[in-house]
Amino acid sequence: MDDLLLEFLTETNEHLETVDVEMVRFEQDPNNQAILSNIFRLVHTIKGTCGFLGLPRLEALAHAAETLMGKFRDGMPVTTEAVSLILTTLDRIKDILGELERHGVEPQGTDDDLIASLDYMSNASSHVQAVADTPVQAPTVGTLVHQVLERELKPGEVSLDELERAFQEAPGPDDGNAAGTLVYQVLERALKPGEVSLDELERAFREAPGPVPASTPMTQAAPVVQAAAAQKPSKKDAEPSESPEGAEGISGKVQTIRVNVDTLEHLMTMVSELVLTRNQLLEIARRNAEDYGYKVPLQRLSQVTAELQDGVMKTRMQPIGNAWQKLPRVVRDLSNELSKHIELIMQGADTELDRQVLEVIKDPLTHMVRNSADHGIESPAERRAVGKSEKGIIRLNAYHEGGSITIEISDDGKGLNYAAIRKKAVERAIVSESELERMSDAQVAKFIFHPGFSTAAAVTSVSGRGVGMDVVKTNIELIGGTVDIRSEQGRGTTFTIKIPLTLAIVAALIVSSKDQRFAIPQVAVSELVRVSPISEHSIERINGTPILRLRDRLLPIVPLSKVMRLSESEDINTGFVVVTQVAQQRFGILVDGVFHTEEIVVKPMSSKLKHIQLFSGNTILGDGAVVLIVDPNGLARMVGSEGQSDEFQADLALDQAIAAAEELTSLLVFRGGGDSLKAVPLSLVTRLEEIDASTIEWASGRPVVQYRGRLMPIVSCDDELEVRRQGMQSLLVFSDGEISMGLAVAEIVDIVEDKLDVELLAERSDLVGSAVVRGRTTEIVNVAHYLPLVLETWSRSEQRAKQGNSLLLIDGSNFFRDMLVPVLKASGYRVQTAATAQDAARMLSSGSQPDFIVADLELPGHSSFAFIATLRADAQYRLTPIIGMTLRPDAQLLALARRFKITEVVSKVDRRGLLSALAELSGTLEEAA
Amino acid sequence: MKAMNTVAFDAPKLFAREAEFITVTVAGQLLGLPIGRVHDVFVVSEMTKVPLAQVEIAGLLNLRGRVVTAVSLRSRLGLQDGDSTGRRMAVGLEYQGEAYGLLVDEVGEVLKLNPDEMQPNPVHMDRRWVNLSQGVHQLQGQLMIVLDVDAVLAFVSEREAA
Repeated sequence: MDDLLLEFLTETNEHLETVDVEMVRFEQDPNNQAILSNIFRLVHTIKGTCGFLGLPRLEALAHAAETLMGKFRDGMPVTTEAVSLILTTLDRIKDILGELERHGVEPQGTDDDLIASLDYMSNASSHVQAVADTPVQAPTVGTLVHQVLERELKPGEVSLDELERAFQEAPGPDDGNAAGTLVYQVLERALKPGEVSLDELERAFREAPGPVPASTPMTQAAPVVQAAAAQKPSKKDAEPSESPEGAEGISGKVQTIRVNVDTLEHLMTMVSELVLTRNQLLEIARRNAEDYGYKVPLQRLSQVTAELQDGVMKTRMQPIGNAWQKLPRVVRDLSNELSKHIELIMQGADTELDRQVLEVIKDPLTHMVRNSADHGIESPAERRAVGKSEKGIIRLNAYHEGGSITIEISDDGKGLNYAAIRKKAVERAIVSESELERMSDAQVAKFIFHPGFSTAAAVTSVSGRGVGMDVVKTNIELIGGTVDIRSEQGRGTTFTIKIPLTLAIVAALIVSSKDQRFAIPQVAVSELVRVSPISEHSIERINGTPILRLRDRLLPIVPLSKVMRLSESEDINTGFVVVTQVAQQRFGILVDGVFHTEEIVVKPMSSKLKHIQLFSGNTILGDGAVVLIVDPNGLARMVGSEGQSDEFQADLALDQAIAAAEELTSLLVFRGGGDSLKAVPLSLVTRLEEIDASTIEWASGRPVVQYRGRLMPIVSCDDELEVRRQGMQSLLVFSDGEISMGLAVAEIVDIVEDKLDVELLAERSDLVGSAVVRGRTTEIVNVAHYLPLVLETWSRSEQRAKQGNSLLLIDGSNFFRDMLVPVLKASGYRVQTAATAQDAARMLSSGSQPDFIVADLELPGHSSFAFIATLRADAQYRLTPIIGMTLRPDAQLLALARRFKITEVVSKVDRRGLLSALAELSGTLEEAA
Repeated sequence: MKAMNTVAFDAPKLFAREAEFITVTVAGQLLGLPIGRVHDVFVVSEMTKVPLAQVEIAGLLNLRGRVVTAVSLRSRLGLQDGDSTGRRMAVGLEYQGEAYGLLVDEVGEVLKLNPDEMQPNPVHMDRRWVNLSQGVHQLQGQLMIVLDVDAVLAFVSEREAA
């Protein structure tokens, strides 16, 4: 194809994109002359070039559109119909351009329909105006038309009489020029394909039926007005004056040159190679201590390479606005189609990201905006009914954050219909009803990413066919990004997309597993933890599955050597845990060693190896070795799929931890005698041990084991379970200070986070009651029951000596009271309990005088603070130490606690913290005494 | 670089009565690769194993800054992988736009042979071998199997096979 034509195509396509956007802006802000003249100039440029290149179809279309826009410029009111018509014309021009690009010639066909409508539209104005104004002010036709037109056009009826009169009056004797123009116009038109001769127009004009509704086929009405078009003398004058303006505009911004994308890609590859070579050189320099004088130039080379890399990367960077360019038009068309008022607000359009990434997210973004417009924003009537403004808002926001870009798409619509999603999820058998019941809304929201999932009541042409969101998610995850949903019923929905800046070069952490090195992209890594059996962080196992306790949260551990099948050994306990966060999923990758971070150039995996979802690519390190890049997404999928749960359930466990943490208790589930499932709050358990039963010694019939240099009594968790004499014995170790007790269990099953709802209080003292844990009836063990069984040991406790301090425990939860009381008693306190602040107040007023008060700060309705306030106001209790317990000791709560003069705040699950706080306070108490 | 590497593999046939083969040995068997398909012959120094990869893939190699997938010819022929001591040789090939290194025991000389003298595969030859062989040349004292390079590299990944 002709170079000139190619140039024209690229340029015109760009112009059209701009016109699209500008047109929508213009519609909203019709008085903005700057926008209009910009549009006008662009269309004019297109028209001019078409004429130059001999493209009659395009030229005719552009000309007609330009004429209409010229009318706008002259002050014709901007109507939705007119803008729609121009946009349709632009679409037609784009179609033709597409054909042109493929075949090198304009396609066959005519555009009479559009041109006629355009001409009708542009002429209707002058005509009607003429009609209305002539009787009063015939000569000033050009300026007054417009106000009239709006009135006339909207009702949509122009009587033929009026037209007739206008026609006859307009080219009156006092307007000689008009006649001249008429001739010119006729000639110009006659040249164009598909144009109607003046005679025919005349005839059509005469024959046209009486009242012409605007909605009748345009072609019919068009001739009428076309004839009248003769009246606009100003147009021709305007045109030539426009050309120099346009030329100026172009010459003014010749700051850029067009470069073929392939050239850029090649340049990028070369720079990547250069980076690799530099890394290799640096590695050699690092190994050789001797400086042969090359180190300084090498430094320089390194620096220049970095700058070059930076520069080339920049050439690939494009503002995200490029991906958004189509959206205003999309939203406009949708709002017309759906009869909704929607405003699209775009922020951060100049945020730059890699061209490649941009291409990938373009379609997902459009899709999501469509979704927001169709499903999210309600109809004006609905919005009014709920007291929102009729105009819905879709907001796009993009910004840099760390090494990634965050894009938010939010609407102020009705939000996700969780009930409908739940219903649909069950219908489609994605989850069972019982599972669903336990899912939080946040988890439920994720179902919309499930393939073929749509809750739209009616399938519209826009969306609701259930294709899309899963594709959106896949596309975004493909480039290492994540999507998140936040939705509030009635308030709107926000999608948050996080994507890496570039795909070509990433910072990666180089780790080793079984003598093989791997690269883990740094974006996914949130922290590194060194683990060993003797250090603070050690790997624990539940039924063989490794777990790390990290800041009171359980982190599933994936030994890299195991997933890579590099080693058969299951129990690796030393190394580093790379804490990884992928979307909502957090897990730790256990590796043997961690080296350093390196900027690596991602090379794609060979097609033979692409099916391995654990790797996203490979790279050559500075020392020349090829290493595989671990794909955290793939790993997360593997973590999720192990144990036959799908992705959603993988999210489930984590979401449960995140959502409503105050309602969830970590329970250690184990098996007692006769296969019964039992559970005990994890916070009470100090360690899990598996010991060789032969090491259990039987001292006067009671089993004890040497544990950490001391004798630890062992108690069976129920009567039916015998402490083993051979094989391995699982133990739950409860300890306090230096005293420990081992609870023998048949098998440790799992750790679950679940809402603890103790359903019935069992008759047996070894149980608190039973509860449904993960859908199974589970007996909740009362640790207090076992303590007397080993009381001998406990009673030897030195803390026993502190007997005498009395304590009032106020806690709304039976469960916690039952758990804490034995512990506190064992530590030598006389404990009284109260379930509510009122109970406590009654107890105090009935004469009990505790030395300490331990109160749950989360009693319903802040009653604990009210209670403490009254206590502090009472002289008798002004100085009584009060320990507040909370599940979430955040700053706000601590400040509140200080204000209420609460002596100490401890975490509810930190039993040891409570005891040491008490011990400290009793120390001060004794001193004071 | 890419353009340089792409050589039409049937080009030699058009020109001469003689076709050139690079000979390699695997488990004592002489095999020939059409010279037009071979980019280079190199010694394998350091190879990165790919966990979870299919058995035919021995690992990834760094060949002058390019990552090359190493394919074991032994395992393609259904043979046990030999002891990996000593230096390992590889033949650089290109297949569907990607670079491969075919691991062999030894690389021998270049032979000029008349394609007309090539004999079809013996009927009772192992199925695996038949699939990879275009025919047999009778040399003095031994037979040379003409390897079908495309067939050698046309094994599917496990997932596709499943």
